[in-house]
Amino acid sequence: MAYSEKVLDHYENPRNVGAFSKEDEGVGTGMVGAPACGDVMKLQIKVGKDGVIEDAKFKTYGCGSAIASSSLVTEWVKGKTVEQALEIKNTQIAEELALPPVKIHCSILAEDAIKAAVADYKKKHEG
Amino acid sequence: MLKFPIYLDYSATTPVDPRVAQAMIPWLTEHFGNPASRSHAYGWEAEKAVEDAREQVAALVNADPKEIVWTSGATESNNLAIKGAAQFYKGKGKHIITVKTEHKAVLDTFRELERQGFEATYLDVQENGLIDLAAFRDALRPDTVLVSVMFVNNEIGVIQPIAEIGEICREKGIVFHVDAAQATGKVEIDLQKLKVDLMSFSAHKTYGPKGIGALYVRRKPRARLEAQMHGGGHERGLRSGTLATHQIIGMGEAFRIAREEMKVENERVRALRDRLLKGLQDIEATYVNGDLEHRVPHNLNISFAYVEGESMIMAVKDIAVSSGSACTSASLEPSYVLRALGRNDELAHSSIRFSIGRFTTEEEIDYTIDLMHKKIGKLRELSPLWEMVQEGVDLNTVQWAAH
Repeated sequence: MAYSEKVLDHYENPRNVGAFSKEDEGVGTGMVGAPACGDVMKLQIKVGKDGVIEDAKFKTYGCGSAIASSSLVTEWVKGKTVEQALEIKNTQIAEELALPPVKIHCSILAEDAIKAAVADYKKKHEG
Repeated sequence: MLKFPIYLDYSATTPVDPRVAQAMIPWLTEHFGNPASRSHAYGWEAEKAVEDAREQVAALVNADPKEIVWTSGATESNNLAIKGAAQFYKGKGKHIITVKTEHKAVLDTFRELERQGFEATYLDVQENGLIDLAAFRDALRPDTVLVSVMFVNNEIGVIQPIAEIGEICREKGIVFHVDAAQATGKVEIDLQKLKVDLMSFSAHKTYGPKGIGALYVRRKPRARLEAQMHGGGHERGLRSGTLATHQIIGMGEAFRIAREEMKVENERVRALRDRLLKGLQDIEATYVNGDLEHRVPHNLNISFAYVEGESMIMAVKDIAVSSGSACTSASLEPSYVLRALGRNDELAHSSIRFSIGRFTTEEEIDYTIDLMHKKIGKLRELSPLWEMVQEGVDLNTVQWAAH
C-alpha cells in the first residue's frame, strides 16, 4: 500500500492517543466500526462550559489510514464548537491525507466517530 | 552487522546457495549444449550432467532416477500430476479428494477438473491443521480415483500423515499425489517406504533456482499420466520441452546439499525457531497457528490479538515476513488456511508467518523478538479493543456499530 507522507506521519507519530473518563460531564465518547470489519475507532471530545472542544483523544484498531484519519480529526476538532465539529466532512479528511480510493471508508468512519462523540456529549446535556 | 529488512520468509523462497550458483554458471556459457542433441559432444555432456542431477534429486527422496520428471516448478508438477492422473483414470471414476488448506496450485487445478466434469471433495482440517484420518476414510467412494494431500503446509508448516494416507490409498487402488514443495530438506522423505504414487518438488524452496521443479512418477506399481505439454517427447513423453540444463544442475546441487546437510541444519534452525517462539510467547494474547509437534523446524505462524493486520505489517517493516492478512492485496479476504483452522477473521488477519533458514542468525532472531515486543505494544496502546479487554470487557458481548 503506497501511503502519503501525511498518513505515514500520523501513523508513526499519532497525535492525542489516550482516553478520558467516560463518566466526566464534559466528555463525549464515540465508538464506531467493528472488529470483523477490520476497524474500530474510539474518539473522545472534552467540551468546555462555553461549548468549545478543549481537548480530544482517540484509540483506533485498524489499518494505517484508519489510524491517520482518527489522529487527524483529534487535531481538527480542538478549538471548534461541537456544531462546527459536525461540519467536518469525510472528503476533507480524505483530501488532507490523500487517501487511496480503497481507504475512503476510513475517512467516513472518522466522520462518523465525530458525530457519535458529539451525540454522546449532547445526550449527557439534554434537558 | 544486521542487514535490513531481515529475511524471515524462507517458505516463500530461499536465496540460491552460492555453491549452487557456482555449479550452474558453466552450463550457461561454456557447456551450453542441448541435452537432446545426440550427435555431438555438446549434447552428450549436457545429457550426462542432467542425468547426474536427476540422481541427486532422486537420492534425496530415495527414489529411482527414472522416476523423476523435470518440470518448471511445483505448480507445473501439481498440474501434471493431478490433471494427468485424473484424465488417465477417468474411465475408472470421477471422484477426486483434496484438502481445504492445500496450495492454490492444487486447489485451482481441482476447480478446473470440476469444470471438466469431475466431482471433488475438499476435506476440512482439525484445529491443529492436520487432516482427520477417519474423516478421510469416510470421504472415500468406490469411484474415487485420485487423492492429493500436501506434505507440509506452506503457511503453518504442519506435516500431514502422508504414510497413513498412502496405506489407505494403496489398499483401495487410488492414485495418491503429494505436493512436497515445502518438505524437501525439512523432513525425511523415503519413497521406498511411503506409498505415494506422484510427488511434486520445487528447487527454489530448497536453496535452488526458481523456474525448475520435478515430479516423481512411481514405476512399481506404475502410476500413469496423460501428458499436459506436447512437443518433442522429452521426459519419456510426459513433459516435452528443451531441458533447462543450468536450472536442472542447480536443482541437483541444491538437493545434494540438502541431503548431506539437512540433519545438522534442521537442528540449528529448530533451535532458532524455538528461541523465536519463546521470545514471542512472552507477549500477551498470542496464538500459535497449527500443530507445534507435527511441524517443520523452520516455521512459526503466530496471531497477535487486538492489533489489526495491515497496521501490524506496516509496523514491522524491518523484517521480511508473510502475513495472513490479504489487506495489502486486492482482496480483503484473510488467509483461507487459518480460517480452515477455525480462526476468526481478526486473528487470521493479524497473523505473521516467520520462516527461518540457512542464513538466519541468532542476532536476527533476537532483533525480531525485540521489534515485535515494541511494535505490538505500541499498536495495543492505540487499540480500543485492547483497552476494553484490559477493563475486563468481553468483546463478544459488545454491540458493534457495523458499517
